[in-house]
This record gives sequence, C-alpha cells and structure tokens, in this order.
Amino acid sequence: MSNKLSIVLFSGTVDKIMAASVLSSGAVAMGMDVDIFATFYGLNALRKETVGTNMRFSKDFEEMSGPLMLIMQQKHMPSWYEMMTKAKQAGNVKIHACSLVADMLDLKKENFDPIVDDICGVGTYISIAKDSQITLFI
Amino acid sequence: MSINLAEIKANKVVDARGTSCPGPLLDTKIAMSTVPIGGIIETMSSDEGSKADIPVWAKATGQEFLGAVSEAGYDRIFVRRLK
Repeated sequence: MSNKLSIVLFSGTVDKIMAASVLSSGAVAMGMDVDIFATFYGLNALRKETVGTNMRFSKDFEEMSGPLMLIMQQKHMPSWYEMMTKAKQAGNVKIHACSLVADMLDLKKENFDPIVDDICGVGTYISIAKDSQITLFI
Repeated sequence: MSINLAEIKANKVVDARGTSCPGPLLDTKIAMSTVPIGGIIETMSSDEGSKADIPVWAKATGQEFLGAVSEAGYDRIFVRRLK
C-alpha cells in the first residue's frame, strides 16, 4: 500500500472540483502522492477551451452559487484551478483522463488543459486505487 | 527543555494570513525545504484550522511542532525541521 490518495473526479461543477483541489493540496502537504482519474463531467470540465470559464455549480444547492462565488472573490480565495496547479507544483499530483469518455467526446490529449497528465483506462486507475491508502469518489 | 515561543527567532516566517485552508499548511510544507535541518519555521495564519492541522502535519512528516502563540486575529505556529 502506497502513501497515496486516489480520487475519481466524476463531477464537473466548480464546487466539487474545488473539493478535489482542497483534498489534493492537503494530501500533498501531508507528503502523499495524488492520482486523479477524471471522467464524465469531471473530464469534460478539463477541456482546454472551457477550463477557465466554467461557472457551473451543483444543481441541488444552486441558490448558493451566487453568494458563494461572491464570498470567494471577496476573500480572494484561489480558484480550484490555481489551487490544483499549486498542489501539482508542490508535490506529485497526476491527473489522468478517462480514455472511455475522451473517446466518447472525440477528445485527444491536446484538447485538454495541460493540467491533464495523460489518458488512461479504468484498469490503470483501479490498479492505482488498489495501491492507495485513501480513495474518494467526487 | 521548554522553549519560550515569544522569543524564538525563526529562520523563515510564512505569512499566510488571509488565506484559507489548506493554504497555510501547504505554504508551510513548501517553506520547510528552504530552512536548514534544525531550523525553525514560523507560520502566521488566520485560518482557525491551522493550529490543529500543522501539529498533525508535523507529527506525520517527522518534524517537531514547538507550539503556537495566539495574537489578535491570527496564530503564530512554530515548527522545527528535523529531516
């Protein structure tokens, strides 16, 4: 078992991606490696052309999206993207794109933001998760 | 030997005031490699979680938590680099 956090990032709304970024940063601080398997809406959110403009918020708490976004701005909180980039600089954080969904959406490695490290299949993810001390589905 | 935290001279001061969790923790971790072994980092944090998180982090990563001092609106948290 490795000192590793693995996350399935299924969701593509900024509140949930933010949770993945915060957890990844915490894991890096604790000296853990992080592997994120981005799939479905989570992967869709990493497209190069829309990664910076995504303002989608979870439907079940949609009424909080405006106030929360405003508070985050007022408190100068970093975006999920800035936080994830910092976690990647400070530690070993890899973002893997799910090959099934990449194929479904006709997306190649170059269609994703450079924050994505590679494209891999679910088998690779399972072998990583099997070896991780913590596994999360977000 | 007890340490008088008020008189500690840190090798590096990380001013993370105004940043939220996990900013102060990650900034402390990043700064740790910039002080020599035996050196001390002081993290200034206004995040309530830091004075709980940083001792846990120090223990988990083999560093020495020296203590924390509360100031108006923030904490000063001291860690000695052991490795």
